[in-house]
Order: sequence, then structure tokens, then C-alpha cells
Amino acid sequence: MTSNQAVFTMSGGQVNLDRRPVLRGIDLTIRPGEVVTVLGANGSGKSTLIRALLGLTPMSAGTTLLYGTPPARFRQWWRIGYVPQRLSVGGGVPTTIREVVASGRISRQRRLRPAGAADRAATARALTAVGLAHRAGDPVQALSGGQQQRVLIARALAGEPDTFVMDEPTAGVDAASQRLLADTLAGLVERGKTVLLVAHELGPLEPLVTRAVVLRDGFVCHDGPPPPAVGTHALPGHDHVHPHADEKPLSPLSPLDWRPTP
Amino acid sequence: MIELVQFGFMQRALIAALLVGLAAPAIGTFMVQRRLALLGDGIGHVALTGVALGFLTGTTPVLTAVVVAALGAVAIELVRERGRTSGDVALALLFYGGIAGGVLLISLAPGGSNSTLMSYLFGSISSVSVEDVWVIALLAVAVLGVVILFGRELYVLCQDEEVARAAGLPVRFLSLLIAVTAALTVVIAMRVVGLLLVSALMVVPVATGQQLARSFRGTMLLSMLFGVIATVGGLGSSFYVKVPPGAIIVVVALGGFVLALGLGRFVRRSRPQESIP
Repeated sequence: MTSNQAVFTMSGGQVNLDRRPVLRGIDLTIRPGEVVTVLGANGSGKSTLIRALLGLTPMSAGTTLLYGTPPARFRQWWRIGYVPQRLSVGGGVPTTIREVVASGRISRQRRLRPAGAADRAATARALTAVGLAHRAGDPVQALSGGQQQRVLIARALAGEPDTFVMDEPTAGVDAASQRLLADTLAGLVERGKTVLLVAHELGPLEPLVTRAVVLRDGFVCHDGPPPPAVGTHALPGHDHVHPHADEKPLSPLSPLDWRPTP
Repeated sequence: MIELVQFGFMQRALIAALLVGLAAPAIGTFMVQRRLALLGDGIGHVALTGVALGFLTGTTPVLTAVVVAALGAVAIELVRERGRTSGDVALALLFYGGIAGGVLLISLAPGGSNSTLMSYLFGSISSVSVEDVWVIALLAVAVLGVVILFGRELYVLCQDEEVARAAGLPVRFLSLLIAVTAALTVVIAMRVVGLLLVSALMVVPVATGQQLARSFRGTMLLSMLFGVIATVGGLGSSFYVKVPPGAIIVVVALGGFVLALGLGRFVRRSRPQESIP
């Protein structure tokens, strides 16, 4: 395996959800060190794309490779840090910030072997990076949305992966947490990590992003430098929240109707 | 309290109660977090068919119950995984199938009648034999072993299945492991509280622990403590008040939950609220 092995390689990727095509023929290669954002309106297939890239959603046609291996046969999962859109509450059993963050070490740990010094150190670093070290013993249920997002990012950081995959890390997150996310990402970029993130608008992340992939109706309609934000999205303090990110927009006028840059 | 342990049947019953009190809430914590609180009920109903099958074929009912309950648990998990039928509908189908199958099979068994099933439906801890204690001990060790060995992975799975998948965990294996472990627990608890009340021991102590703990580990340990208090305390008092042990065990557990509900509210209010920079 060469060091320049592509992280994600999807060719002709198609995904149907409930027999409705969501992705229709995606060709996408993401190389190590790239900071790529997937943009697009609601229902354009952003989340589905990253889920398909990770093998979480089965594809109806096409292939996708993770570090050159199909997801089903991929074994180096410690190289990937996945940050879901929100913290799932499940049955509501309380759990502390430290427990959630420490669980990010799971793909580096072996069964039967208790957590070691390296695990504890990585957990502590991740907690400090997101500014939650002083609250590590608090239950995550007591946190705000933005704080929970930080916990999820810390969980991925704790695993010390090469590639971060983040599903809308900025959605519904307060400005302070967004800046903290930007600082954290800047540190990762400096260390040559690969970042793939879904976003509605980039906000403080914009200067870090090297490439934008814009989806429309399941197709890639732009792949290149990030397009500038338009309309109300460009206003400072614009808080863009989409509680139904996977639904198709009812209005044909999408707020993210970019033209491909020439 | 001393005269309690002078009776051989009471000694065996107390050991069984202690093991059930430890094992049921341990796996129950994962089930509650995975929103499978009613899985134990579903498995319990299916296990009734297993018990009846034992009488019909002349095999030890506990063994046939283990096999049928485990198969039922796997079936529930596979239906759930396919995702088209919602989990509660899948459970409902097993509830009815399990009870109907049990009643049907027991009536076919020589000399069997619905009253034979009663001791399994509501427990008969005073008739626990030495062999039963060994089987219960073995199953309890298996359940606790699963929790110790796979706890870390089960935690990630129960927290978020997609995250578990993206961490490369064997999600299907772990899901089946929870289901089969739940089935083992149901069979252990069957003699103590009965199949109809089994799930209470997997859920109520956990709900109690949830009120007071801040961490997942803390919830599990507290729920095991509450589980033992309920089973041993309930069994002990049933010796004096002459009521069915299963019922009083569940009532004690529920009483603990109500107390914890009030106490938890008080604890949370007196806790200093920290703010985040």
C-alpha cells in the first residue's frame, strides 16, 4: 500500500432508498491530506454519499473503495473517524462525556485487554482539544446540541484516525462551538489528516476547505474550489438548521442553487 | 433471618435469586439503551413453548426452554435487522405465538395441563433443585462473562449502531449476542420470578439506576445492586408473608424505582450547575 493511496474511490456509485434513486452515478476520489466538503440542498444526497463511502448504505450499482479495499473487506477501521450528525440518545441510560470519548478508541483496542495508558492519554487529549476536560464526568444528556457535537468530535479525535468523516458538524451548533471546530480542524489539517465533511454552509471552516463537491439531485454538479456563499447564507450569524436533512425540498427553489464555477 | 437459611430449599432459592439479581440487570442495561426493553418479554413468551416442548418430549424443560428461547431471540433480531417490520410488531408476533404454542403443546403432552405451565409462568423458586442451581449458576456466569468480555463493544453498539459499523465492529454478531444472552437470562430468571415477570428484572432495576447514576458503568453497577436487593429481599419477605416470591420481588423492585425517582430529582437539583465557556 503506497502512502498516496486514495482514501475514498467511488466509481459509478448509485444508491436507491425506498426504490427512489438518491445517488445516480457518482465518481469521486479523495486523496490523503485533502479537506473536502460535500455541499448541496436538502435531499441532494449528501449524507447518503458519505454513508455509502463508508459502506453504511448498500449501493445498487457501482463500486466504492476505502484505502483501496471494498468496505465489506476493509479491516483498518482505526484509520477512519466517523462523526455522526447527532448524539443518539437510545434508551436514555446516562453516560458520561469521558465514557463516550473513550469509546472512540474501540477500533484500536483488543478484546480482553483493558484500556491502557495510551488509551487514557488519547482520551484526555481529545477532551482537552474540544474544551470539555473539566466536565468529563458529566452526563452527555445534560449538554446542549453544540456541546454534544464537540463530544462526538472528541470521540473521533480519541481514535487518532487518518481520515475524519463528519456529517454536518456545523448544523445547529452555536458560534463558539463552530469556531472551536474550525480551530480543531485547522490542527488536523496541519498534521496532514484527511477531512471529508458534509455542510450546509461553511462559516468559519471556509478557509480550511481545499475542495467542494456540490450535489444536486444525486449528481455531482460541481467539484473544485469551494463556491462562495450566497444570499442570506453569507450573512454573519446566519444559523441554518435543517431538522429534516434527508427530505426532498418541497420548493424547487433550493437555497444552495449554485452554478458550477468555470 | 437466620431460620431462613436453615431450610435447604431456601438456601437453593437464595442462591438462585442472588444470581438472577446480578445477571438480569447487567445485560438489561444494554437492552434498555438499545431500546429493547421488551425483548425479554418476547423471549419469555417464546420460552413457554420451549418449556411445553420439554414436557411433550420428556426432556428437561429448562434445556428445551434455553434452546427455543435462544432461537426465538435470534428470530427477533433478524426480523429487526431486516428493518421492514418494526421491532414492536415483531415482538408482538412472538408474544402471541409463544403463549399459543406453549398452551397447545402442553395439552398434547401426556398428563400435561395448563396448571403445569403455571409454575413457569409465575415462578416456583421453592421447588428449585440442586441441578437447577447448577444450571442457573452456569448460565449466570455465561451472562456476566459476555458483559465483561464484550462490554466495551456492546456499549458502542448500543450507543449508535452506525458508529459501531464505522468502527469495524461485528455489528450483527454483537446484536445476536445481546439477543442470545437475553434468552439465557430469561431462562435463569424463569424459575425465580416466572416467565411473565422476567423482563421486570432486566428493566426495572436499570430504570432505577438511571435515576441516580451519571455514567453507563455506574448505572449498570447500581442496577445490579438494586436487582439483588429486589430478588433476595423479595424472596426473604415471601418466606414470612406467604405470597408468591415472583410477585413480591417485582413489587420490591418497583418500589425501589419510585423511591429513586424522587431521590434522583432531589440529587439533580442539589448538584451545582456548571456552565461551559
